[in-house]
Amino acid sequence: MTLEKEQKKNNLQKVYEVIKTMASKPSGLIGLSILLFHVILAITSPLYVPYDYKAIDPSLMLQAPSSEYWFGTDSLGRDVFTRTILGGRTALTVTFFGSLIALLWGGALGIFCGLVGGKIDDVVMRIIDAFLSIPWILAMLLIVSLLGTTTLVLIPALGFFYGKGIVRVARAATHDVIAKDFIVSARARGHSNLSIIWNEILPNVRDAIMVEGAMRWSWMLLGFSSLSFLGFGVSPPTPDWGLMISNARGLMSFAYWAVLAPIFGLSSLIIGINLTADAFAKALGIDRSTKAPV
Amino acid sequence: MLLLVLKRILLGFITLFIVSLITFSGVEVLPGDACTTYLEREAYGAALEACYERLGLNTPAYERYISWAAGVLQGDFGYSLSGEMRINDVLGPRVKNSMVLASASILIGIPIALLLGIITALWRDKLPDIIISTITIFSMTIPEFISATLLILIVAIWLEWLPGIVIVPTGASISELLPNIILPVIAISMIMTAHMARMVRSSVIQVMASDYVQMAILKGVPYWTMVFKHVLPNALLPAINVVALTIAWLLGGVVVTEVVFNYPGLGRLVIESISNRDLPVVQALAIILASIYVSINLIADLMTLMLNPRLKSLQIKK
Amino acid sequence: MDSAVQTINNLTIGFKSQKGKQISILKNISTTIKKGETVGIVGESGSGKSTLALAMMGYVKHGLYTISGECLFHSNNLLEMKNKDLENIRGRKIAMIPQNAGQSLTPNLKIGYQIDEALKLHTDLKKEERDKKISELLNKVRLPSPEIMAQRYPHELSGGQQQRVAVAMALAGNPELLLLDEPTTGLDVTTQAHVLELLNFIAKDTGTSMVYVSHDLGAIAQVSDRVIVMYSGEIVLDGPVRSILKNPIHPYTFGLLKSIPKLTSPGLPDSMSGSQPQPGTIKTGCSFYERCNLAEDKCKNNSPTLEYIDDLNTSVRCFKYKELINVKETNLDSVKSINNDVLQNEILDISKVSISYAKQKFIDQLLNKIDDSNPTVQDINININKGETLALVGESGSGKSTILKSIAGLLKTKDGMIKFDKDKVLSNDLKMRDPGFLRAIQLIFQNPDESLNPNHTVEEIVSQPLRLYFGLKGDELKQKIIEVLEKVRLGEFYLTRYPRQLSGGEKQRVAVARAFAAKPDIILCDEVTSALDVSVQAAVLNLLQELKEDFGTTYIFVSHDLAVVRAISDRVAVLYQGRLCEIGPSKNVYQLPSHPYTEVLLGAVLEPDPDVKPKLVAEDIVEEKPPEQGCSFQGRCPRILGDICKNEVPPWQIGENGNSIRCHIKVEDLKKQQNIN
Repeated sequence: MTLEKEQKKNNLQKVYEVIKTMASKPSGLIGLSILLFHVILAITSPLYVPYDYKAIDPSLMLQAPSSEYWFGTDSLGRDVFTRTILGGRTALTVTFFGSLIALLWGGALGIFCGLVGGKIDDVVMRIIDAFLSIPWILAMLLIVSLLGTTTLVLIPALGFFYGKGIVRVARAATHDVIAKDFIVSARARGHSNLSIIWNEILPNVRDAIMVEGAMRWSWMLLGFSSLSFLGFGVSPPTPDWGLMISNARGLMSFAYWAVLAPIFGLSSLIIGINLTADAFAKALGIDRSTKAPV
Repeated sequence: MLLLVLKRILLGFITLFIVSLITFSGVEVLPGDACTTYLEREAYGAALEACYERLGLNTPAYERYISWAAGVLQGDFGYSLSGEMRINDVLGPRVKNSMVLASASILIGIPIALLLGIITALWRDKLPDIIISTITIFSMTIPEFISATLLILIVAIWLEWLPGIVIVPTGASISELLPNIILPVIAISMIMTAHMARMVRSSVIQVMASDYVQMAILKGVPYWTMVFKHVLPNALLPAINVVALTIAWLLGGVVVTEVVFNYPGLGRLVIESISNRDLPVVQALAIILASIYVSINLIADLMTLMLNPRLKSLQIKK
Repeated sequence: MDSAVQTINNLTIGFKSQKGKQISILKNISTTIKKGETVGIVGESGSGKSTLALAMMGYVKHGLYTISGECLFHSNNLLEMKNKDLENIRGRKIAMIPQNAGQSLTPNLKIGYQIDEALKLHTDLKKEERDKKISELLNKVRLPSPEIMAQRYPHELSGGQQQRVAVAMALAGNPELLLLDEPTTGLDVTTQAHVLELLNFIAKDTGTSMVYVSHDLGAIAQVSDRVIVMYSGEIVLDGPVRSILKNPIHPYTFGLLKSIPKLTSPGLPDSMSGSQPQPGTIKTGCSFYERCNLAEDKCKNNSPTLEYIDDLNTSVRCFKYKELINVKETNLDSVKSINNDVLQNEILDISKVSISYAKQKFIDQLLNKIDDSNPTVQDINININKGETLALVGESGSGKSTILKSIAGLLKTKDGMIKFDKDKVLSNDLKMRDPGFLRAIQLIFQNPDESLNPNHTVEEIVSQPLRLYFGLKGDELKQKIIEVLEKVRLGEFYLTRYPRQLSGGEKQRVAVARAFAAKPDIILCDEVTSALDVSVQAAVLNLLQELKEDFGTTYIFVSHDLAVVRAISDRVAVLYQGRLCEIGPSKNVYQLPSHPYTEVLLGAVLEPDPDVKPKLVAEDIVEEKPPEQGCSFQGRCPRILGDICKNEVPPWQIGENGNSIRCHIKVEDLKKQQNIN
């Protein structure tokens, strides 16, 4: 077997071991199961939803849960159960790809800054600090209101705003690594910068960046659903938990079910992602509780 | 020492300067300008010209930036588009209201967070830790608008203990506000408190494992003396900065919570001004919120500087 | 037993593995500490010696627990005592001096407060009396101006001073028993000798019993009356210091003593094979079986017990100790003297090299002010011949590693030139260096944990230079990797291992393999054995010497350990504060007359022999910066002449034995002064 193949096998084995470690603790197992459940639901739900999510029927307004309408109906007479199991699809897609973008640009810029140091690093970090100091909600609202609420706007915009924190983490991790003798050793041997980044630095900062990315995912979900809640996320009639909560809120003294169902959906997904991210961090030996949610 | 303080303050101003550049150029770069977005379909001909004239949009961007920045430095944010009111008049009472809400959340959140963090660390892996840590995981993950909605549903609608919606005018006095902010404060401080408690916990655990704490035990120092003299000062010092970042992050949550409770603070103004495309107000809000963020971090930095014996001794030597 | 202070009976401490298995770290420890006695506990890392010392205070670390046995202080079992009662014993009856005082002093509290805290807890003195006592204690541990010291924070003191504060704090409660956990490890050679001397004085002065835990037989020899040798969680030997160090009757101790390089018998020491087993891996038989020269079948399946031998007053855990009883002390010194083929062929020429570490301050940059009148390393002239081993010796801050880095191209020189192979100038900038030169000069680092990428397998680590310099691929690459690993005695099954799965010695072998894979002409060794256990150190030194003889490689060997340097080098350069003090053939540099700094260093070396005491010539002051002008050693020189040393850079003189000495004192005068003392 050649070295490259062995590396691939080792990587696969590592992924398997990490998942095994994550599932070995109850909290990790619960998190992983919830996440898996939501992902499967999001992919397959259109195949078996009982009703049309956008069919408006005034005669069915605000029906209490029954055997026919498990979670009742909303103020427009739409089936809450149908809308709830469909309601995570946009959120999951947008935040998953958003986190991926955040991970990539944040990680790349962070490693770059950590590596070059000096003035360039100073300037970039100043700008990152400035972006951090603008509340994410203000910036997101502004972008969305000017550019529209399509996923093609939301994904890169969220990806950009949630990547700032990853820059810091990646930069700090790179700083830790480049002081190590194995980097000095590689430099003294005369490896190119690219080969040092790829072979020596990346494998050692990868874990920290991925944990940070997983963590961002849950923040981003929180941010995205807050946007929807405020009416700046997905546009109706697309079912979305944030929007459903916002719409049903006014009438919750009569029809609490229309609020509780999407609240349960959203909360369980966020908790699932969070527990998974936590277990992921622990499995990789990284303590994430010392970090601020920025 | 003094030099360090000055340096931090200077850095804060540089950050704010960059923020102003970002918000200003952000508005410039994005499609449409203040007038076209504001007037929408009527953005043509005389109406547009008049609007340009009024806002001085005919002059080059850098000139507008300079005059705007000069105004901001003097505390004048100019005029809003919608009401043609002075932004200062619009913002003033709302900033106050939001500050009341945020400070109440911080004042309640920090002591609780410290207490929970220390308890969970000292009883690590025992029952109190397991219970509190589980609760914090939940409360830090649930978005503010969900906890706020649930609070209203349970406390206001089902139990009918407290009003669910804040019905006070924007200019209400603090004593009028206070009874109304109980639920919003709980909703806001939940996430923040949970986060800080977790950070304090891990910081205390780290210090408890240090050589000097082991040494203190071996010296025969009683347990609680050890906790208060040897552990906490060293564990809380690095936590200050992280706590500051959490507080700053809470600003976003304040906006959402204010909307849920119909609270007359900056939050609703944010939504309103953005819905109305009132860009001058948005810019002003960005600067104000960013300055709050920068000042909180600055205070945290200075506190760390003051309390850190390593830096204190610099003073003695000089 | 007369007046036992502490008695340990059948103590076993361990932890539960992830699979729920019980794994012992200490196994059946029984011993007694008598009043006024100083007992040295010696063992390598992982032998359980620190766990034992902590157990003697009734302290068991988080995650460990007592499986069986007791730890009696007079007649109270500390391990079953309530915390409240322990608080009255700890610090008052039994006190601890920790390994790393810098990390064991609480950073936010002043020195005075921390000593006062101990006084408040353990004495009835009033405030004024306590203040007086603090000064007294600080005086006793020989810290200058105690009143000022008391107002300082821990980080404002040097390592040696922090260690003295820890001693003062331990003495505050007037303890009956003093536990010292590696109290001098990590300190500079001269500081270490001074702290040991202080401890000896305190033992005599106060009459307390002491337990001195260390991996360093040299330090143990200086302080102990009795020595306990630990291996893999067990006591293997326990007896009077002289008989243990001069005629060890346990094969581990025997091998350990043989593997320590000594100044009195220069040359490469015998090495011991293998390494100490991990806790939990040995189930039956003697734990030293794998590495023992005397082992037989009986040892594999039966565990020896600790047997007391009356006429030697010694306990030993070995079936075959009788074979060692009559081995004469001289047999310990079976060293192999090195004999390198040094060609009179210059391979590296370092001329007039200066290196400045100081970063320019922002303001200085603005004003274009460059402060380089006093660089970190200055005026280094050394020629190295092909096949030679040149050692650079000095304490921390001597600039020895800095010089290595600039040879490797990692640090830019400020002045001077480094030439390779007679006339090829090595560029100051790593990127500008010819790849051939980069291949020709390889580095081996101090700590293999840091120098091996934790995410790479051994195969990937060794493949790096082979791919880079020779473009090897596929089967050819693999074949070559296996070949290189064989050279450092690592079998093929190591290929897929990660560094964390290897022992310290194995890791360093991988690092050596990586360096040799490049087929270098020169290898720069930066404290390559300092992070290793004694028994492993000798094996790595022997390996390096063999490889050198096979390939004719030139070594530049940096170390603070004078005995190691003496063992492996042909020539030695002594450095102080980035300036050369003395250079010459090793055997000559190690002989007087020599530069006063060399004399100080040699005097501070601790030999594992209770009858050879260190000579303390100079104060152990820590200097942060080299002096602006004059001789670099003026601040600490015991033989300072006067203003000439402060104002003029001393000239080079040729010493009696052909070594060059840089000193204002004439060689004849040095000879007189050093012989009189």
